[in-house]
Amino acid sequence: MLLSPQAARTSRGRDVDVVVCGGGNAALCAAIAARRAGASVVLLEGAPEHMRGGNTRHTRDIRFAHDAPNAAATGAYSEEELYADLLRVTGGETNETLARLTISESKSLVEWMTEQGVRWQKPLTGTLHLSRTNGFFLGGGKQMVNTYYDTALRLGVRVEYDALVRELEMDGGTVAGVVYDRAGSEARIAARSVVVAAGGFEADVAWLAEYWGEAAAQFMIRGTPYNTGIALKAMYGAGARRIGDPRGLHCVAVDARAPRFDGGIVTRIDAIPFGIAVNAAGVRFYDEGEDLWPKRYAIWGKLIAEQPQQSAFAIFDAKVTGRFIPSAYRPVQADSIEGLAAQLGLDAAVLVRTVAEFNAAVPYGGSVRLGELDGCRTEGLAPPKSHWAQRIDTPPYFAYPLRPGVTFTYLGVAVDTQARVAAADGRPFENLFAAGECMAGNILSRGYLAGFGLTIGSVFGRIAGITAAQHART
Amino acid sequence: MLELDLTTELDRQLSVCNACRYCEAFCAVFGAAQLRTAIGDGDVAYLANLCHDCRMCYDACMFTPPHEFAINIPEAMAAARVETYERYGRPAYLARMVRSPGSVALATVFAGVALVAAAIASSSSAAALWTPQSGPGAFYRILPYAAMIVPALALAAFGAVCVAFGARHYARDISGDNTAFVTASSLGTALHEALALTYLKGGGAGCYDEHRKSGSRRFFHGLVFWGFLADLAATTSAAFEQEFLHLLPPYPLWSVPVVLGTGGGIALAVGVAGLVAVKRRSDDRPTEPRMIALDYAFLGMLETVALTGLALLAFRSTSAMGALLAIHLGAVAALFITAPYGKAVHFVYRFIALVKNAHEQRNIAG
Repeated sequence: MLLSPQAARTSRGRDVDVVVCGGGNAALCAAIAARRAGASVVLLEGAPEHMRGGNTRHTRDIRFAHDAPNAAATGAYSEEELYADLLRVTGGETNETLARLTISESKSLVEWMTEQGVRWQKPLTGTLHLSRTNGFFLGGGKQMVNTYYDTALRLGVRVEYDALVRELEMDGGTVAGVVYDRAGSEARIAARSVVVAAGGFEADVAWLAEYWGEAAAQFMIRGTPYNTGIALKAMYGAGARRIGDPRGLHCVAVDARAPRFDGGIVTRIDAIPFGIAVNAAGVRFYDEGEDLWPKRYAIWGKLIAEQPQQSAFAIFDAKVTGRFIPSAYRPVQADSIEGLAAQLGLDAAVLVRTVAEFNAAVPYGGSVRLGELDGCRTEGLAPPKSHWAQRIDTPPYFAYPLRPGVTFTYLGVAVDTQARVAAADGRPFENLFAAGECMAGNILSRGYLAGFGLTIGSVFGRIAGITAAQHART
Repeated sequence: MLELDLTTELDRQLSVCNACRYCEAFCAVFGAAQLRTAIGDGDVAYLANLCHDCRMCYDACMFTPPHEFAINIPEAMAAARVETYERYGRPAYLARMVRSPGSVALATVFAGVALVAAAIASSSSAAALWTPQSGPGAFYRILPYAAMIVPALALAAFGAVCVAFGARHYARDISGDNTAFVTASSLGTALHEALALTYLKGGGAGCYDEHRKSGSRRFFHGLVFWGFLADLAATTSAAFEQEFLHLLPPYPLWSVPVVLGTGGGIALAVGVAGLVAVKRRSDDRPTEPRMIALDYAFLGMLETVALTGLALLAFRSTSAMGALLAIHLGAVAALFITAPYGKAVHFVYRFIALVKNAHEQRNIAG
C-alpha cells in the first residue's frame, strides 16, 4: 500500500484510543491492559513478524515479591527483601517511590500473566537457582511473547509489523499522533494516548560510539538489532526529560565468535573464574576470583570493554572442563600453552610467562571449592586471584576468545507513578506514557538484578496501558 | 531438507540447546541432551525417537532460521527418525520401502486387494464377489477360513520377527556401554509415558501447529491408538467366539466383536481424519518432507482399513459384501506388510527410547 503521508492522514483520522510503540514485554502488557480497559489499541512493532518481541525474546524469568509459594516460585520473597536486593545492586541509586510501586505491583504479576495465557515451568526447589525469587516461563521469553501476541490479537488489538516509529507529533503539550515507517513508506496514526515501550538504544552502534568512542565498534549486541532507540529519540524530540547514565550499559563476557547481533543467552562465557583471563597483550588485568555468580557475570563485559581492542581470553585447563555453564561454542584447545597462544594469535612467550607467574603464585596443589568463596588465593601476584586459584597445569589447555556483549542500556525518560513521561520542566505530559527499558533506569539505575527488567516492564506496561486507556476514554 | 550429515548437524544444534536450556520443560529430549557433551550416531537415534514431535521447541526458539544459528530441532529429529526406520528395518532390502512410502502404500493396497479378489474367485467363483450372502459363515463361503487366517498369521509373524530384530539392534546402538536399561521400573515409567502420550503435552500447552497450541494432535493420536487396539481386540474376540464358542461370523450387531470393531473403526476413522486436518493446517517448517510422506502414507492406509471395515459392517448383507471384503482384507494385508518399513513402526523405537530415558533419569536422581 503506497499512501502519501497526507492521504494516510485523511484516511485514518484520529481513530484510535491508544497507540503502543514497541512489541516486547512492556508494549504487549500495555496493549493488553489498555484493550482490557476498553480502549481501541494499535501496536506498532518495528521488527518483522519473525523477529517480534524485542529483547524479551531472549529472557527467561521474571522477579516478583510473594508471601507464599505459587505457580511460578517456591517459598516467600518479601517486598522488603526485593527492595534490599535492588538497593544492593544499584548502590542505593533508585527512585524509591517508583521502586516500591514496582515491587508492590509485582505481587499480582503471576496471576495477571497466567490470565493472559503465560505458562510456568514448575518451580522445583534446587533445580533452578532462582526458583524462590523468580518465575520461569515455560519455553522462555519468546514463548511468552508468542502467547501475549495471541492474546492481544484475540482481544482485538491491531498489530502492525515492520512499523518503526520515527516521530511523535505534538500539539502543544500533548501528543497528537505517531509518524512511522510502514513497509518502506511513511505513515501516520492519530491517537488519544501514546505508550512508548520500544526498548533501549543498544543496537545503534553509532549512538553507543558517542559515549564509548571507537570501542563501540567491537561490542557484540546480544539482543535484537531493532532496539535502535528511535522511539527514545522521538520522546527527547518531543521534550521528554532524560534520566540515566548515557554511558551505562549492562554487558557481559561473550564469545568473540558470536554473531554481531542477537546471540542471546548461548554466547555468554562463564569460564573466567575457573582459570585466568588475559588481554590481547597476553597479560592478566583483573581479579578473576573476586565474586560469585551473578555478580562476576555482570562485571566482565565492562572489564573487557576497557581492554585494548576490547578483547580478552579465558584460559583454563582440563581439570575444570564441564564445571561451568556450557556455551554454544567449543573452546579452543591445545596440548601446550604455546600451542594455545598460536591459535589465539597471542605472543606465546608472554602467555607462557603469565601462566607460569600465576602458577608460581598458587601456594598449594589442592583443589578449590567452586560453589563458594573458598579463600584459595594467590600470593604476591598483582592483580591477585582471590578465590578458586589453582594452577593451570593439566593439558589439554583450553581458551575462549571474549568480547563485551551488550545486554541493555540504562538511558531513558523520567516517568511518574502513572507511567506518564515527564517534560524537561518535570511536569508530566498528559497523554504520553513510557514502559520498559526506556524508563527502567528510573528504578534500576545501574547494576543487574536477574529478571527485574521484566518486572519493571510488566508493571509499568500494565500501568501505562490502563492509564492511557482511561485518558483516551474520558 | 537437511543436506548435512545428521550427526554433525544435531551435534551443532544441540550444543546451542545445551547452552540455552529454555526448552527443558517441554519434553525429555533436552534433559537427555544435557547429559551428552558430544553427540554420536547412537545419541541421534536415541534422541530423535525420544522426540514426540510436539514442535513446541520450534515455536519457542529465538534461533530458528533465518537466524544464523539456524536451530530447527523438530526438523532434524524428523529426518533422523526417517533414517532410523530405514537403518533398523529388517531385512534391509525391504527397508528401502521407507524411501517411497506413497507408491509403496498404493502398490501394496492394490496388490493386496487383487490377491484377495483372486483368492475369492479361485476358491469359490468370481460371482461370489457380487452375490449377497447371509447367515453364519457367510464370509467363509466367499473366502475359506484357512485362506484368510493362514496368510494373515504368516504376515503378522513375519512382521513381528522383522521388527524384533530391528528393535534389538536399535536398543544396542543407543545404549552405548550401558546395556542394562530395561528394568521393571524403567519399563513401567515408559509404559505410562507412552500410554498417556506425556510428551505430546508440550509441557502443558499441547503441540504447536501454526500460531496456536492445542491438545488436538494428542487427542486424535489417542483416538487412533485406542481405536486400533479396539479393532485388534475385536479380531481376537471373534477368533475366540469361533474357536471356543463355535459361533461363526458375521456376528450380531450387539456382539463383542462387532461393538469393539465398530467403536474402534469409528475412533480410528475420526482420529486419522483429525490428524490429517491438523497436519494440513500445520506449519511444515519444523518437520521434514520425507516424514510428511511417511505420515500421509500410513494415515491413508489406516483410513482405508477403517472405512472399508465400517462399510463392510454396514453393507454385509448386500451384494457389495464380497467386493468390500476383498478391499478390506487387501488393505489390512498391505498395512501389515508395510508396517515394519514405515511410520507404523515409530512406537517401537519411541518406546525403547522412553525406557532408556527412564533408566537414565532414574540413575541421575538416584
